[in-house]
Amino acid sequence: MNIPSELKFTKEHEWVRVENNKVVVGISDHAQHELGDIVFLDIQKKVGEVVKKGQTVGTVESVKTLSDVYAPVSGTIVRVNAGLADSPASVNEEPYGGGWLVEIELSDAAELTTLLTAEQYQEYLKASDH
Amino acid sequence: MSNPQEPLQKSPLDARHRALGAKMVPFAGWSMPVTYEGLGVMAEHEAVRTRAGLFDVSHMGEFLVEGPHAGAILDRLVPNDVSRLAIGDALYTPICNEHGGIVDDCLIYRTGETRFMVVVNASNAKKDFEWFSAHWSEGATLVDISSATALIAIQGPRALGIAKRVTQGVNFEALRSFTHQEGTVAGKVARVSRTGYTGEDGLELYLGWNDAEAVWDGLREAGSIDGLAPAGLGARDSTRLEARLPLYGNDIDDHTSPLAAGIGWTVKLQKSSDFIGKAPLVKEKAEGSATKLVGFVLRDPGIPRHGYPVALSPDGPAVSVVTSGTKSPTLGESIGLCYVPAAHATVGEKLWVEIRQRRLVGEIVPTPFYKRK
Repeated sequence: MNIPSELKFTKEHEWVRVENNKVVVGISDHAQHELGDIVFLDIQKKVGEVVKKGQTVGTVESVKTLSDVYAPVSGTIVRVNAGLADSPASVNEEPYGGGWLVEIELSDAAELTTLLTAEQYQEYLKASDH
Repeated sequence: MSNPQEPLQKSPLDARHRALGAKMVPFAGWSMPVTYEGLGVMAEHEAVRTRAGLFDVSHMGEFLVEGPHAGAILDRLVPNDVSRLAIGDALYTPICNEHGGIVDDCLIYRTGETRFMVVVNASNAKKDFEWFSAHWSEGATLVDISSATALIAIQGPRALGIAKRVTQGVNFEALRSFTHQEGTVAGKVARVSRTGYTGEDGLELYLGWNDAEAVWDGLREAGSIDGLAPAGLGARDSTRLEARLPLYGNDIDDHTSPLAAGIGWTVKLQKSSDFIGKAPLVKEKAEGSATKLVGFVLRDPGIPRHGYPVALSPDGPAVSVVTSGTKSPTLGESIGLCYVPAAHATVGEKLWVEIRQRRLVGEIVPTPFYKRK
């Protein structure tokens, strides 16, 4: 299971790449593997919308099942990966690269401390026996 | 602590699935593979449609019915005509309750002059046995042989070719659809049945419980040159839905009649024996069903799923729910089934599916969504 050390994670299997006051968000390699072939992304927030930490920003769907994606931090949506409409499989193939979902401009940098480090996420996966 | 759960039953092929890195899930009290490592629903579905897929369905239930009145007893329990089965024939039928609703759907095989095998859904095996027992009469025995019977399905355009390489004692030219013969597969005694749940040509092989591994291995080896792939419950569901084959618990249940569900052809009202549910079905046939199960394609982006509300206008009240839905791997479109009022059940009519508080438009289409060439 790929868990890049420079990223932060949540217990809901989102990853976060911090870039100054913005974060890029996607779902982890573990999450895409659990879902199987992803066939549809329903990103429910638009650029300019304000989100709160923990709020649903979208749903990732495979043939068999679906999973909600939650905002790991509060802020404003500044970018949405519209290309996923044509190639949802990118989330499977490059969960940390081309499969990114949204970019959020932080409203409260202190929230970053609530995120898991890569090591903590790895421990969490091991402990939950996923 | 969390509630302790009953341990899941294990298929005789459990070790094979785990060795293939299968994602195992609980299903009807069994631990079963939903997909396999390195494959997935899309790849397994594609294998079934273009080459062949190998399914373990050993969790299904099988009952042996034997005795001079076996056929007559079964004819009173189901609406299809059991008396017309010759030895070596099989039929598909619902099992109806007194209201014309469906207790389960099943296959009935005539294996002898006074011997039948009934094959039922894993999720209903206990319920069906109790139903049969409660409505039984003299002249035949009813024995649950599920724990002694494994079941492997090989489905796809190359399925028969692969099976022939490892099968003895079966006359394949005579093995028409919905017929069966006893032979050996990979050296093991098997009832070879030309049936399936995918919409493709193929076989279902009824085996002794302890023979499953040998037959699975024999077929995988014989099929490797043809690209035979193991296929799990995920691909089983996606293929059957494209072929508009109903799933008990989703599309049919105690409250749906076979006439409304689009399987009215299984209801032989003119057969000489009475059967449970006949009176309400006669009435429904005469008056017309109030609702009909229809197939639709979503025209807005989204995936319809079991339980999502369905409305007949963009802002009107929901009239029903999606019974089954998915993104069809073969068609590339979002498809689903739902019951609508009979007056609305016309190809071309629109309906609206509510997905996460939004109404997405769909269009009723002819089914099956997919038909093999």
